[in-house]
Amino acid sequence: MNRDRPSLLNRLLRQPTALLSLAFLLLVAAAGLAATPIANWLGFDMSLVDLLGAKQPPSPEHWLGTDELGRDLGMRLLEGGRISLSVALLAALGAAAIGTAIGLLAGEHGGWLDTLLMRGTDAVIALPLLPLLIVLSAIDLTKLGVSPEVAQGDAAKLLRLVLVIVLVGWTTTARLVRAATLQSLAQDYVRAARAMGASSGRVLRRHVLPNIAAPILVATTLSAGQIILFESVLSFLGLGLDPSTPSWGRMLAGAQDLLWDAPHLALFPGIAILLTVASLNLLGDGLQVALDPRRLTAR
Amino acid sequence: MLAYLVRRLTGSLLVLALMSLVVFLLIGLMPGDPVDLMIAGNPGLTAADATRLRALYGLDQPLFDRYLAWAGQALSGDFGWSRSFSRPALEILGGALLQTLQLLIPALLLALGMAVPLGLLAAARPRGLLDRLAEGLAILSLSVPTFWLALLLIYLFAVELRWLPAGGSGDGSTFGGLTALVLPVATLAIGSLGHFLRFMRAAAGEAMTQDWVRTARAKGVTRQRLLSRHVLPAASLPLVTLVGLSVGGLFSGALVTEILFRQLGVGRVLYDAIQGNDYNLALVGLLLATAATLLGNLLADLAYARLDPRIKLT
Repeated sequence: MNRDRPSLLNRLLRQPTALLSLAFLLLVAAAGLAATPIANWLGFDMSLVDLLGAKQPPSPEHWLGTDELGRDLGMRLLEGGRISLSVALLAALGAAAIGTAIGLLAGEHGGWLDTLLMRGTDAVIALPLLPLLIVLSAIDLTKLGVSPEVAQGDAAKLLRLVLVIVLVGWTTTARLVRAATLQSLAQDYVRAARAMGASSGRVLRRHVLPNIAAPILVATTLSAGQIILFESVLSFLGLGLDPSTPSWGRMLAGAQDLLWDAPHLALFPGIAILLTVASLNLLGDGLQVALDPRRLTAR
Repeated sequence: MLAYLVRRLTGSLLVLALMSLVVFLLIGLMPGDPVDLMIAGNPGLTAADATRLRALYGLDQPLFDRYLAWAGQALSGDFGWSRSFSRPALEILGGALLQTLQLLIPALLLALGMAVPLGLLAAARPRGLLDRLAEGLAILSLSVPTFWLALLLIYLFAVELRWLPAGGSGDGSTFGGLTALVLPVATLAIGSLGHFLRFMRAAAGEAMTQDWVRTARAKGVTRQRLLSRHVLPAASLPLVTLVGLSVGGLFSGALVTEILFRQLGVGRVLYDAIQGNDYNLALVGLLLATAATLLGNLLADLAYARLDPRIKLT
C-alpha cells in the first residue's frame, strides 16, 4: 500500500474526540442489541410491573432509578437506544441514497437539471421542517390501501416515521455530493477517460463514486444526528412511535407529566439523546478532517 | 433589481402553490372525514343525511376538484374556516403569528448577540481556551433536543427555584407577560446558537488569514480595533444569509417551545389542528409558516446585497 498516505483508521486514531465518540456509539449499539441478555444477567424482569417500586430515584439497586411501572430505567434506556439508533440508521441510509442520487444527477448532468434540482434542494432546506413533518406524520396508512392490522402495527409506524424523515433529510448529502461530483468531474483523468469514449455511467461508477464516498460518509454521519433529534421530537409529540416501542423521545413524552414526582425520568433519556447526537456530530467532524487529504500535512 | 424581485417572488409563490397542492392531497389520506366525525358526534344522523352533507360540503367531488375549488377561493383571499374554532383560519393564525414573532425575534437577537462576539473572540486565538469552550458550546447546542432543554429549564426555574412561570402568557400585566417569555426565548436561543456560533467562528477564522488583516497588523492596528473594525464586518456579513436560511429552523424550534410552554403561536395552533382533525387550519398554518420562511430568505438576500457593494442582484 501507499506508505505516504496513512489509512483512515490511522488518521482517525490521531483524533481522540472522534475516536471516543465512535467508541461510545458502538457501545450504545452493542448494549442496545444485548439489552435483553444484560437484563436477564442482572436479574431485572423487564415485563414485571411493580407499582410499589415505581418512580424510585437512583439507588444502588437501580442505578438510574425505576420508571412509572417500576422497571429499571437503565435497562429501558438500553432498549430505547436500540430503537432510536435503528430509526437513525435506516433513515440516514435512505436519506444518503436519495441525496447521492440527486447530487450525482445534478453534478453530472449540469445545465437546467442542475438548476432545477438545486433550487428544489434549497427550497426544502428553507422549509419549516418540523411543522411539515407533523402534517406528514398524521397520514392514515389505511387510506393508502394498507390493511388496518398492518397499519396499526409497530413495524408500519416505524417505517412511516423513517420514510417521513427520509423525505426531508436528504438535502445535506445532495449538496455535498454535487460539489464533490463537480470537483472530480473536473479532474484530468476523468476528462481523459471521457476522451477515450467511456460512457457517463462508467465514468460515474469507476471515477466519481469512489471519490465522493468520503463526503457521503461524512454527510450521513452528521445527518444521523439530526435524524435522532427529529425522531425524538416526533415521538415526544406523540406522532412517532407507540409506547410499545419506547425510543428515547417516546420515553421523554411519558416523563413530561411526571416532572414534579420523578425528574430523573426526564433527565436520563435526554442525556442519552444529547450524548449520542453529540457523538455523531463529533465523529462526523473527525471524519471530515481525517478524509480531507489537504488537512494531513497542515496539522 | 426589480426583475430579480419579481423572479424571487414568483419562485416563492410557486413553492407555496406546490406545497398547498401536495398537502391538500395528503390531507385526503388523513384520518377523520369531517362528516364521519359529525356522525360520531350525533348518532341521530342517517346515512341519507350523511350523503346530503357530503354533497353540501362538496366532499363527494374528486380530491383534485376540491383542491381547485379551495385554491380558487384562496386566490380571492378566502382561506376557509377552522372547524374546531368555527372562525376563519386566517383570523386565528394572524394572532398566532404575532405570538410566534414575539418569541422568534428576541430569541434570534439573543442567539446572535452571543454567537457574534464569542465566535470573533474564539477566532482571535485559534485553539485557545475560549476557542475550545466555544466549540464545545456549539456542539452542545447542536446536539441538545430542544424539548428536553425546555423540560430542564422548566424543572430548574419554575419547579425548583420558582423564579419564573412555566410558560403561558403571563397574568395580563406587562411584567407578567415578559417573565412568561423568558424561558421559551432562552430555550429557542440556546437551541439555535450552535449554527450561528460555528458559522461565525469559521468566517472570522477565514478573515484572520486574509492579506488585509496582515497589512492592518503590520501598520500597527491594535488587536481590539483589528477585530472590531476589520474582521467583524467581513465575517458578520455572510451571517445575514444564514439568518435568512434559519427562519425555517426557528419556526420548528418555536413549535416545540410553544407546545411545552403553552403559548398559542403558529406551531402550537398547527399541532392542535392536526391532533383535532382540523385540516384546513393545519394547511393554512403550514402555508403561513412557509411563506414567512421564504420571506425571511428573500429579506436576508436583499439585505446582503444592500450591505455588500460587490453583490449585484440581477
